[in-house]
Order: sequence, then C-alpha cells, then structure tokens
Amino acid sequence: MRPAIMEEVEALRGINSVKIKEASEAGKKVVGMYCVFSPQEIAMAADAITVTLCGTKQEPIEEAEKELPRNLCPLIKSSYGFAITDKCPYFYFSDVLLAETTCDGKKKMYELMEKLKPMHIMNLPQTATGEEALVFWKNEMNRFKDYLENQFGVQITEEKLRAAIKLMNRERVAMKKLHQLNAHKPAPISGMDMMLAQWLKGFNVDKEAGIELIERLIKEVEVQMEKGIYAFDENAPRILLTGCPIGSGSEKVLKILEESGASVVALENCTGYKGLDVLIDEEKEPILAIAEKYLSTPCSCMIPNHGRLDLIERLSKEYEVDGVVDLTWQACHTYNIESFTVKKFVKDTLNLPFIQVETDYSDSDEGQLKVRLEAFLESISNCSLAE
Amino acid sequence: MISIGIDIGSVAAKAVAYDGEKILAQELIPTGWSPREAGRNLFQAISKYPQIDTKDIKCIVGTGYGRIALPFIDKKVTEITCHGKGAHFIDPNIRTIIDIGGQDSKVIRIDDRGNVIDFIMNDKCAAGTGRFLQAMAHTLEVDVSELSLLAEGVEAQNINSMCTVFAESEIISLMAEGASKESISAGLLQSVCKKTYSLASKVQIADKVFFSGGVSKNYFLKKLLENKLQAKIKTTDNAQFLGAIGAAIIGSELRR
Repeated sequence: MRPAIMEEVEALRGINSVKIKEASEAGKKVVGMYCVFSPQEIAMAADAITVTLCGTKQEPIEEAEKELPRNLCPLIKSSYGFAITDKCPYFYFSDVLLAETTCDGKKKMYELMEKLKPMHIMNLPQTATGEEALVFWKNEMNRFKDYLENQFGVQITEEKLRAAIKLMNRERVAMKKLHQLNAHKPAPISGMDMMLAQWLKGFNVDKEAGIELIERLIKEVEVQMEKGIYAFDENAPRILLTGCPIGSGSEKVLKILEESGASVVALENCTGYKGLDVLIDEEKEPILAIAEKYLSTPCSCMIPNHGRLDLIERLSKEYEVDGVVDLTWQACHTYNIESFTVKKFVKDTLNLPFIQVETDYSDSDEGQLKVRLEAFLESISNCSLAE
Repeated sequence: MISIGIDIGSVAAKAVAYDGEKILAQELIPTGWSPREAGRNLFQAISKYPQIDTKDIKCIVGTGYGRIALPFIDKKVTEITCHGKGAHFIDPNIRTIIDIGGQDSKVIRIDDRGNVIDFIMNDKCAAGTGRFLQAMAHTLEVDVSELSLLAEGVEAQNINSMCTVFAESEIISLMAEGASKESISAGLLQSVCKKTYSLASKVQIADKVFFSGGVSKNYFLKKLLENKLQAKIKTTDNAQFLGAIGAAIIGSELRR
C-alpha cells in the first residue's frame, strides 16, 4: 500500500511552481542549478532560493535539436529545450544560473545557454584526488561567493554559511533516512515513489517545509512497516539502479523494472543517494567544508572515480541487492565508458548479476527495453531457484 | 502432460508441443500483420496433430516480441530465457547462443543448466538482423534463402553501411558500377558477420556455440562466423524453434 503522504509529496510540484512565483515577485533572488556538484549553501547564504532546473522530460527536446546535435545526451537536450521554450517555471524565475564544467556536452551547451540569463560557471577539477584539486575547488567556491555578492549586492557571512550548511545537512539526513528505509527486506517504498520524493526535493522553495514533509513520510512508512505493509513481497528481486540521473519523465527504466516485478531498492545516481551520502562538516571553516563535500561526489566525469565502485559495493551489501542495473543516456560518454569498469567490478568482485541499458527519454524502444530487463530479472530468479 | 511453447517473432511464429521428454510436434507460420491471430492459428494447427490430445495440454507459455498479444497463454517468458532452455535441451554442452532473428540479434551465455548468465542484444536499429538481409535481398531481386548459395566462393564486395537504409543505396550504387549479385551477397553476409562479431565480443564466447534464429539457415554466414570467432558453431534444422522449445520446457517445469 502506497503511503498516503506520497500524495502530499506529489502535490509539491504544483505548490513549488506557485511558491517560486510568489517568492520572486516578493523580491527574493532565485539561483537555478542543474548539477549535484552545485553548492546550494553558498546561494542560500546570499539569502537566495536555490532550485533545480527542469531537464528530465522528452517534450522540449525537439526544439533543442534545432540548435543542438541530435546525437547528444537527452538530459542536456531537455535542459536546453526547457530553457529556450520557457516551459520551466524555475528557469523563468531564476535570477542567475549556476553551471559547472562536468561533461563536455554540458559545457558547450552552457555556452549557448548563457546568452539567455546571467550565468556563473564553476570550474570543476577533473580529479578529486590530491591537495591541489581541493585548493582549486575551494577557490571556485570563493569565486561563486564573490559573484553572488556582486550580483545580489549582499554579503555572505560565515554565520549565514553555517546556518545554510546546518539546514542542508538536515535535509540530507532526512532524505538519507528515507532512502535507507528500503534497506529493509522487503522494501516498504517502491523505487518509483522513492525517485519522486528524492527528485522533487530539488524544487523545494521552502526547505523547512520539505524536511518536515519527508519526516512525516518516514513516520508513516515506519508505522506501515510495523504492521507488515510493504511495497513488494519478499521474493521480488532487489535491484540497485546506478548510472545517469533520472527524474519524472525520464523514469522509464525504473518503471519497466518495477512493472516486471523487481523492487528497485537503491538509487545510486545523482538524483538519488549519491548527493546524500556525505554530509558537510559543520565544525570546519565553512567554505573549505563545502568544497570538501562536493568534491567527494563520485561522478563519472572524475578521473579516477573509485568512489562510485565503493558506493555501489556499500549499497549492494546494506540493501541486500540481487542485481545491478546501470542506466546510460545515449551519448553520455563518461557513464557509457565507465560501465565496462562497473560491469567487471559488479560481476567479478561483488558476484552480482549486472546489466547496462543505453537509451534516451523517448518511448520508441520500450519493447526492446522490456525484453532486456525482463530477461535480466528472469536470470536472477533462475539463480535463486537453483540455490 | 503436454506443454505448448509459442514463439511469436517479428517474421515467423513458431509452436512446439513437448511431453516432458521429447518434442511431439512443431509448427511454423508467417507472423503476418497480427501476432494475436498468428498465435491462435498456430495453437489450432499444432492441436490438430494426431499425437496431440488436447485434453493433455496443461500449460501454454508464450515468448518472442508478440508474447504480450496472446490472451490464452498461462505465462509469458522472454525469448532470451527461452533460448537458454531450448539450447540446453538440444545439447547440454552449449554455453553460447548466437541468435539472429527478424528484428533482433543477440548473443546469450548460459550455464550448465541452461540458465542465462549474460546476454547482449542489438540496439534499436535493424543492422545485422534478418530484416537487413531481407531488405538487401529484395534490392538484389533474389530470395533471402539464396544469399548463401550466391555468396559462397566469391570475392566479397566491401559494403560499408551497416544501416539498412544506407546499405540499400550503397548496393544500388554498386550494382550501377557493375558489381555482381554474387559479390554483393558475399559482402552483405560479411557485414552481418562483422556486426555479430562486435556484439559477441561484448560477452565472453565459450564452447559450444549454437547458432539459432531464422538467419541461422544461412550456412555460408555460419562459416564466416566460425572463421571470425575461431569457434566451431553448431546449428540444427530446427534452430528456428529454439525459443518455442524453451518456452514449452519452461511450461512443463512449471506444471511438474
């Protein structure tokens, strides 16, 4: 049975698009962001609202392809399409955009997008290892801080930074706790609902209200668990989904998996657990602590990216996973190449079944995807029957 | 106890009746425009065999892309799992299956019980599938079954396009330049062989290798694949029935 509070979570979509309008009209500054590397705390300390910008739907891709190549990752095309068609309220109300140099596709897309709105680009180092990378990234944090201070005519104080860190850590703790509920066998929440709750948090204009809602959701789920109410039965194969980010409109692989009988218990992607794993150290100097946290994100843009394998291993054990599904958006070179390493690691080291699927946001390959994913799940059931 | 396996492929629909030990009957018809109709006709056709007592039919399992269009089946299983079971039945030493059908090509690795351990499928596009060969044969004005005969022992014309649409215009240009049907046929089979090889390279090929699906009837392609993969490839007359055989076996295991 679906937790009743999920309806309130879903209602956030409507509420947030109204709230962002009201806040902007009341003179609040809005910083729009795309990536899990974006240090929201710095923008919040500038008294601005931070929101995730739209980029998970097929709809605006056709428009985007008038300027962008077709053979490009759908996330980039969708983000740009939303921006040029003005169909994303969060983009519309953003005063500034925060971009970051992750993959090549995004970097070059930002060159086009910065013609639409004031944009600050953070230079992300290509590696997270070594002291130089951290020094460089910390400097980027200061650059962003200076940019916002100039742009908004405010001062970002240490006190405000510390308050923002505390608030965002509380959000992380709540979202992490929600995610960890599915470590229970059987899982109390469907992967679809988990994705929705995790994804929607990015649009929360009122962070406190968002945290309170998730805490209530957790309580409701815990009560259901005590009564023995779960989203799946014990035999459903437990899947860890890794790879490219997903959201509402780009959830097809997750949806097909669960419609075929799997319980997707862990979302190791940027829209899921990846950004929640590490909290910001509240004791350290704030800018350094923020830089450390974000640099620890195990993204495929990084060389090397051992952190992703470590996280997959940890989650696989903690969530008693039966198989790993790696989703790659078409033309996402970093995740696509890294899939080979992930496959080897999952099969040889973790001894778990693994499948990679490469697809886009459209429905055109749903039939073929179903064959692959159902066959993968059938092979997992075969193994468990044999044991 | 009889179990029926029905495999609705994009080109051919296959049915197999199995009694838990041996295959009692098999039937193949073109899928046509309606997978549902094809499934029903197949079931009726196989039921009419004198060795099939319809009272004994205890389970019907559907597979293939049309499996979702069959209202009368007890269970649907993907063709990948079914191919594993089917190959294991034909020869328990098979560990790799190369299946090239109408719209899909796949390479499947199975264990000593016929369970799937890894597989890879072609992406959305028809490159390297039966559909590709069919379209090219049409351009050459020959039947797809003649390609091997034409190609054997001839120097192959190099065909660069993997895409069905581009390959067709490439062939038209080649014919205009005076290339023979024989050399183009050889080039086409080479191109399917290359495409299959790159697919197979993603999973580890292990002995024995079995070649199934409608395209496995192309004996010259089989020869080309053997050279390229450096492995002996087995195929049988009923290789096209592999999915249906597997489905029937899964049905009989379900009822056991």
